[in-house]
Amino acid sequence: MNTPILLRGSIRRRLIIQLLAGAALLASLMFLVVQNYARDLAGQSQDEILSASVTAILDSASVRDGDLTVDIPYFAFSMLGNISDDRVFYAITRNGDFLTGYSDLPKPVASNGILPRFQTAHYDGEEIRMATATRRLSVSGTPDFVEVTVAQTRYGLRQQLAGISQTVAGFGIGFFVIAAVFGILAAQSAIQPLRQLAGSVSRRGLSDLRPVSAPVPAEMESLVGALNGFMSRLKTSLSRSEDLIAEAAHRVRTPLTTVRTQAEITLRRVDKPENRQAVREMIRAIDESSRAAGQLLDHAMVSFRSDHLEMEDVELTRLAQDAVSRLRPMAELRDIDLEISLPDLAMVVKGDPILMQSALLNLLDNAIKYSPPDSTVHVTARRTESGAEITVRDEGAGFPKADMGRLTRRFVRGGNTDAVVGSGLGLTIANEVARAHGGRLFLTNHSDKGGACASLSFPLA
Amino acid sequence: MRKLVFSIGLIFLALAPAAHAFEVEERISVGPADARRVLRVISTGDAEFFEPTLQDFLSDLPDVRIEYTVASSGEMMKALDQEGLNMDLAISIATDLQTKLVNDGQAQPYSSATTERLPVWARWREHLFAFTQEPAAVVLSRKALDGLPLPENRQDLIALIRDHPERFRNKIGTYDIRTSGLGYLYATQDARTSETYWRLSEVIGSVGVRLYCCSSQMIDDVASGELAMVYNVLGSYAREKSNTEDVIVLLPKDYTVVALRTAFIPRGSQAPELAGLMIDHLIARGWQAAPGAFSVLDDDSWSDDTQALRRIRMGPGLLVYLDALKKAAFLREWSSAVLR
Repeated sequence: MNTPILLRGSIRRRLIIQLLAGAALLASLMFLVVQNYARDLAGQSQDEILSASVTAILDSASVRDGDLTVDIPYFAFSMLGNISDDRVFYAITRNGDFLTGYSDLPKPVASNGILPRFQTAHYDGEEIRMATATRRLSVSGTPDFVEVTVAQTRYGLRQQLAGISQTVAGFGIGFFVIAAVFGILAAQSAIQPLRQLAGSVSRRGLSDLRPVSAPVPAEMESLVGALNGFMSRLKTSLSRSEDLIAEAAHRVRTPLTTVRTQAEITLRRVDKPENRQAVREMIRAIDESSRAAGQLLDHAMVSFRSDHLEMEDVELTRLAQDAVSRLRPMAELRDIDLEISLPDLAMVVKGDPILMQSALLNLLDNAIKYSPPDSTVHVTARRTESGAEITVRDEGAGFPKADMGRLTRRFVRGGNTDAVVGSGLGLTIANEVARAHGGRLFLTNHSDKGGACASLSFPLA
Repeated sequence: MRKLVFSIGLIFLALAPAAHAFEVEERISVGPADARRVLRVISTGDAEFFEPTLQDFLSDLPDVRIEYTVASSGEMMKALDQEGLNMDLAISIATDLQTKLVNDGQAQPYSSATTERLPVWARWREHLFAFTQEPAAVVLSRKALDGLPLPENRQDLIALIRDHPERFRNKIGTYDIRTSGLGYLYATQDARTSETYWRLSEVIGSVGVRLYCCSSQMIDDVASGELAMVYNVLGSYAREKSNTEDVIVLLPKDYTVVALRTAFIPRGSQAPELAGLMIDHLIARGWQAAPGAFSVLDDDSWSDDTQALRRIRMGPGLLVYLDALKKAAFLREWSSAVLR
């Protein structure tokens, strides 16, 4: 009966994947940016200290006794040792001629400026950062250019960067994890309204075709609109077919009354026993059709009114008494006693009196129909824990055990009812009325004396 | 048996084939002659002092022989830096030259649980490891000082020499820093710390000074009474001799320069694992090799005036006085002060 639903993908999964991918992208972007920034910063601080060292050495260059001297200050190198354990190289030239230091150090790029200039080079198998500055001194009237280069390996820088990278990677992973958690939560909450809608629709009764009235997120407007439209079309077409049935039943029933009257007149005129028997059979069939048409009408009315319940205070004992007095003539016709026992207190429930009356009448009608002649049908009402209950019990054969579960379906009749006229709609009507009022119909068999027992329960007002 | 093997460790002098251009002072071999593994050590430390430590090291390694070559710090520098001599371990008291060798890429890194125990000042770049602290001491002859108050610092020394020039004339000894690496290191660190150094040098120069190559000789000459005072000698050697009645060892209270005896594994080492074990051994027991020296693991608990200690800091700063121009200028100044 249920068509399997084809699934393709999952909104939640797709949302989570997209959010996770976004978080991963952001985390790696952050990692790269911070790492780059840290590299620049670390490189800058190395440049600054190299520059300070070069400047200190240049400051010590002076002309003494008519000759150039360079007296490297101790701190010019020792300060380089303060920040890292890097190897230090240097070279001092005068007018391009090597004066002291490491003669094979890479040549610095030429420049006319006095500001220190920096370059990265390779020396003795290692990457080095070089700072170079030039100063002009005047020795005995002729200009002298002193150029000082100080270089340092980048071991400390790399170590520092590795440390920063590790920290930033930790931050990135932490960021990703937090973003992932939020992403999953966001995906869950995004599809929550969908779940709620599905839940509320699937919890509805079979004939509940009211439009969805709970507020929904804007994104679901078209879905809920479509659903509501679909349901209203369905409802229209359902009520149209109910109307058709009611109309048909009505049209059938009226001529049937005429036919029955005519048949009864005929019966009086006919004398031959076999002819009388045939006419009786005819009347019986007409009764059956008429009754079915009536119940179809009843059922159509119940379906219609269930959708537009007109709630008012209904007093159950009064309801029971009315029903009993209405059917008493029919019961007496079959020598069946209707015994009614009601509590003194009033039991008021909210409901549609016409529907409730119809349900009770159907139960009573059933009980009278299936009772053996000279028996009693008991009608009782009582308070229960959750509400009020009216029970109709006969002394007949009872409900067949095998059919107990499906007797409330339309046009289903018990297996032991062949001899009795019936449409299979009575219990259906009673059940639908009970459900429409938030109550239930219980079907049991009386344990010791036998007989069917049908109880209608309603919540109290 | 083992002891016998060790004791027959051959001791031979540098007369052996002159395969090297650098000047070898002494060379000994410790351990079995047919040992499977050989550890070649070049060191500034006298073989006489180092041999027990070497034997101690070998007691757990029966298949190892140590070839121990002694050279001055300057010769060692020449051998490793310019001649590319293959050695497995380099040990020297000249902290500055060791630092320069490491800075110039002559060493390979090493680390172990033992090196991790070193204080930060006792290791540099995971290449250079200090294992003894060697304060520069003043040694005085008790006889020469007879009746005079005991000097405590350099000011006292200057006053003493000024007031009693006759007692000290030509009886003061110090390193010839032109040839001794340790002497140069002590002198430059002295000069860096205080101007007093130059005043003292001038006073010493004014009464006449005798220049030496090595601490042991100077201390012997004080002990024998030939000298009244020596300035900037290895405190460890001095303390070793100070049990004799004739010698007073003074660690100046104004400041005491402390050099570090260090070891590193040259990059050409063919037995770096063995050399590493030796470094661990030196850190743990090496102070025994230099009698009277202080272990780096003792920090400064050995000193009764830690404020006066000027421990040489390993690092690029030590390159400054090794600069050719700087060195020439310093030696000129020193000569003009000390050699009149």
